[in-house]
Amino acid sequence: MKIIVSIKRVVDYNVRVRPKANASAVDLSNLKMSINPFCEIAVEEAVRLKEKNIATEIVVVSIGPQEAQEQIRAALAMGADRGILIKVEEEAEIEPLAIAKCLKSICDAENPDLILMGKQSIDGDNNQTGQMLAALAECPQATFASELFVDGGHVVVTREVDGGLQTVRLILPAVVTTDLRLNTPRYASLPNIMKAKKKPIKEISPDDMGIDISPRVTILRVDVPPKHAEGVQVADVDELLDKLKNEAKVI
Amino acid sequence: MMSILVIAEHDNQNIKEATLHTVTAALALGNNVHLLVAGFGCAAVVTQAASIKGVVKVLAAVHSVYEHQLPENMALLIKEITFGYSHILMSATTTGKNIIPRVAALIDVQPISDVISIESQDTFRRPIYAGNIIATVRSHDAVKLITVRATAFDAAIIKGNSTLVEVIDKVYDFKKSEFIRDDLAVSERPELTSAKVVISGGRGMENSENFKLLERLADKLGGAVGASRAAVDAGLAPNSMQVGQTGKIVAPELYIAVGISGAIQHLAGMKDSKIIVAINKDADAPIFKTADYGLVADLFEAMPEINEKLLKYID
Repeated sequence: MKIIVSIKRVVDYNVRVRPKANASAVDLSNLKMSINPFCEIAVEEAVRLKEKNIATEIVVVSIGPQEAQEQIRAALAMGADRGILIKVEEEAEIEPLAIAKCLKSICDAENPDLILMGKQSIDGDNNQTGQMLAALAECPQATFASELFVDGGHVVVTREVDGGLQTVRLILPAVVTTDLRLNTPRYASLPNIMKAKKKPIKEISPDDMGIDISPRVTILRVDVPPKHAEGVQVADVDELLDKLKNEAKVI
Repeated sequence: MMSILVIAEHDNQNIKEATLHTVTAALALGNNVHLLVAGFGCAAVVTQAASIKGVVKVLAAVHSVYEHQLPENMALLIKEITFGYSHILMSATTTGKNIIPRVAALIDVQPISDVISIESQDTFRRPIYAGNIIATVRSHDAVKLITVRATAFDAAIIKGNSTLVEVIDKVYDFKKSEFIRDDLAVSERPELTSAKVVISGGRGMENSENFKLLERLADKLGGAVGASRAAVDAGLAPNSMQVGQTGKIVAPELYIAVGISGAIQHLAGMKDSKIIVAINKDADAPIFKTADYGLVADLFEAMPEINEKLLKYID
């Protein structure tokens, strides 16, 4: 079984971002970049399927600038076999629809049985790409996966939904997007990091694939939301209850 | 006149509260709001839908293929009825997020997720970077596909008399996906996302049994109980209780964070609450920076005391 995992290079989740002075975009200069945490979970799941001899090959795909190679290398160090970088300009804002079209083109060439990706990226917080790829590839989809197992030509996925858990069974090929509790990604070992340097990464551009990635949505401005007013410290339970009753009037 | 379509979320018995909030968002775009109810054995939902104030027409697609609102079948259905609609909206719940992008790809539209404000027919505001940034965006697509954050809009009211219902007899079965089962958390308390009071516990709760301290207070205040990601990861609470960037977004009148340190991913899910109370024994916990009232105390002493003294304060 062949798995494609798509990953995204994003600002590290510990970094607090700010708008540029002219509010035109988020200021990303000189920030620490990482694999989107949900994507890392997708890579880990693929590697586990390979370790169980269910998967035979893992191809990692990313869309981004040249530097996104770093994140592909990190995924190769975790255990993926080879990479594909769909290269775009540094500042290009690639929307989920365009990403899904690029991934669809890769899927047409690679014929994967399973496509894994994070449920959302922690920058755009869109939560769209997997569902859109599934639609374009005419595959079934399972979003918010917290558990999955492959059963012959099917994948059975437990999804974290608002009310609790939902289990679905999909015919392969299928798209599964990963949630937080699917697994805990490993740290790559030094020998595996060294080995990953020798694994191949192919480069391709949206133009090569004949895909128009021009945005459909314009970002007019970005702002910092109004801050919740800094409050007061209360001395004890009595003061707290008194304030909630007489000052905030919420009890 | 172009119409606006809202996709109803329901469990075949009751319409979800979040859908009522989404109807209000739709009414900010125009007056001709239609509501699609796709389900099975869902006559009661159709009746409820037809009595929502502001909805002028209900489309009812009733068939077993729509029973679990599987995204594959829902997307094929919605794609077929998009004609004549300028906007298609659904709540930004796990169901809405599952369905809307799939529809969008089928009709070549870039959807807008998690809308918190409607500025005009094509301009919307939405949080990015875990709510640390609010982006104002303009869509150039002919049809706008939107998921709506329920806490940003009031609920539409159920008015009693009923509007026109049109039956849609189209049946779409994608056939490559199958519902196996739901394991839903059953609670007598109000839904987290619409509760007026939410009391959430973090890893400081130590074990799931201790959540009873929060439940007791929630029951006295008519509130819901939530949890931080750390508490859910540690197995102290089920995922359905998670509040945060990747869990539920809540904005109650009163939010009480108990034993929660206040990671930005948690704040993303609750910082729009009107009044925030933090109870934590660590005076340096970041949650205190977002709280209206902070109490530095051992929760195992403070919570029983609150439960005991509260009756003196509430009517």
